[in-house]
Amino acid sequence: MNRAPSERVDCCVVGAGPAGALVAERLASAGRDVVVLEAGPRFDSAEREERMETYLRPTNPDIEVWEMGGPRDAYASSGRFYPLNATRVKGVGGSTLHWQGMVMRLHEEDFNLASETGLGVDWPIDYSDLRPYYAEAESALGVAGAVDNPFAPPREEPFPMPAFPPSKSDAVFAEACEAAGITTHSVPNARNSKGYDGRSACVGYGTCSPVCPSGAKYDATTTIADAEEAGARVMSEVPVQRLEHDDAGERVTGAVYATPEGDEFTQEAREFVLACGGVETPRLLLLSDSSRFPDGLANSSGAVGRYFMDHLFAGMGGRVAAETNQHEIGFITTESHQFYDRPDDSRGAIKLEFLNYAGPSPVGAALTDGEWGDELAERVREAYGNHVAMGGLVEQLPRAENRVRLHPTKTDNRGNPVPEIVWSLGEKTRRTIERANELQRSVFDELGVEPEWVTGPEDTGPAAHHMGTTRMGADPAESVVDAELRTHDLSNLSIASSSVFPTAGAMNPTLTIAALALKCADHVETRL
Amino acid sequence: MELTRRDVLAALAAVSAGCASPEDATGDGLDDERTLVALAEVLYPATVEGVGEFVRRYSLARVEGRSAYRAGMADALMELDEHAETFHDAPFAELSRDERDTALRELRLHETDPDPEGAARERVRYYLVNELLFALYSTPTGGELVGTPNPPGHPGGTATYRGERR
Repeated sequence: MNRAPSERVDCCVVGAGPAGALVAERLASAGRDVVVLEAGPRFDSAEREERMETYLRPTNPDIEVWEMGGPRDAYASSGRFYPLNATRVKGVGGSTLHWQGMVMRLHEEDFNLASETGLGVDWPIDYSDLRPYYAEAESALGVAGAVDNPFAPPREEPFPMPAFPPSKSDAVFAEACEAAGITTHSVPNARNSKGYDGRSACVGYGTCSPVCPSGAKYDATTTIADAEEAGARVMSEVPVQRLEHDDAGERVTGAVYATPEGDEFTQEAREFVLACGGVETPRLLLLSDSSRFPDGLANSSGAVGRYFMDHLFAGMGGRVAAETNQHEIGFITTESHQFYDRPDDSRGAIKLEFLNYAGPSPVGAALTDGEWGDELAERVREAYGNHVAMGGLVEQLPRAENRVRLHPTKTDNRGNPVPEIVWSLGEKTRRTIERANELQRSVFDELGVEPEWVTGPEDTGPAAHHMGTTRMGADPAESVVDAELRTHDLSNLSIASSSVFPTAGAMNPTLTIAALALKCADHVETRL
Repeated sequence: MELTRRDVLAALAAVSAGCASPEDATGDGLDDERTLVALAEVLYPATVEGVGEFVRRYSLARVEGRSAYRAGMADALMELDEHAETFHDAPFAELSRDERDTALRELRLHETDPDPEGAARERVRYYLVNELLFALYSTPTGGELVGTPNPPGHPGGTATYRGERR
């Protein structure tokens, strides 16, 4: 494969996940010359069923499904352990290859959190600024949803596809939720409930995360294909090593990338868009330090890498005296956003989920039990069948001490310092997790079920949503990019990523990433 | 409960074997299908019928075009037979069902983690025991044995999760 740089490029996009793909597709469709540089490989879609087997046969750690780990992906973790490589995929399609596909809009309050509650900071844009882009993003990804959510922000049109109906276990929860005073509703899914955009309806493999063999779940390979159809050039296995700038320190002049053959090239362009996620984006800026920018590129605020956030999981599960048909799909069909908006500054946002994959799956139980024959079948039957579980996402507020920085001694396969994730939970986040557990407990009490497991503040884990590390803001002294997603410091460098989120909310971030990417592309196109 | 052609296709769909259907599997199969079937008869519940046909079609298709996997399976079958010959004076396939079960426990397969590159018993666990259990429990018949017609790995549609059963 020819990996030499292209000539006369309008825009160089770093990263072929959903953000980079949407930027590339939009600009290429507008007639611009676009090059996308992706660090990871281009996976063969014909291998997806084999990847599913890798997932279902638990010999294999989950990170092997998409070939993460090893010297290329080395990292360090300080404070609370952060399992970075389980939370991302490098390759064309990015982390949408393994995501679950939940796509909610942020609430209006999320954009004005400090003004309305005293928590966190305000975004430099409002919901109304992003609203048309949300609609476009829902169309681009293909979202199945319904307008039955009384807590959702205003929207202008129906979802592109009808929502997936509630599950059998949703029905088990419904009466208990009503008794507990909790209102439930459908879930917007980036997953085809009918044929859409040349992809089939969901056929129920039940392995959405980490792999959808049918392609019914959206992933960014779809958009990359559209971008290439429109003329964009997408190069894989070309990790960008650093960005170079002009003598004045006003413009980026090139992205220096490595190739599998051992070459190093520089891709020049008029505009550059970083779209490599909440960890690699700040890392690349920090790796691009120079005598003009000794603390890293676009980092005059000192905010690059700071304010790292994720959503925290809160949950509990148990068994009921009824079949609950778990693991027959791999996604969620009912949630409650009733406790999303914060009453004051006492807690962050909470999103409650009702899982359709509680307890062990038949294959998982069969392969890990150790027994065989009649006894195994009996034990799998006992292990499977009547589990229920609630999950939930809890907001983590931005704190400067949570950060991505370059490790002082540890390097990757190319000799670059690895990202070090410095991460801990604040007291308010802990209290919000406890509040989520209280709400979940109230439902289990109404069910008459004693939870067999509870995930609370002590054993919570991240939801694989990397946010905040190049925050958006109006003040160049406090933020990295402005309301147009352009860095304050360099006039032709933009960032399309959850790294620009000033606050995290508690909604899965990809729809907002997509909306911001489309907005970013429009601003770049205007400048071009 | 009978394993049918539908189960073979479902199992193959779950693992993307190298050929489009079991009928397409020609040549390059396993030399020792008899041992594999004999093993499946122990691993699968006694109520499951059609084991021989299921295993033959499934396994043939599974190894088609996958020389490394076929070699791993063949090697593991040889290990299993060697154990049977050494301790029971007969090939594994010629032992009674109870003797086969005993042989598996002598190999401590009930407490062995699978590893395709590990010790002999770890490879037997990976290439034979887990291979056959995976095939069964990712099919509609295997799923129904334990309470679901649409286990993970089987593209059984989006009706059953709502409680609709065939």
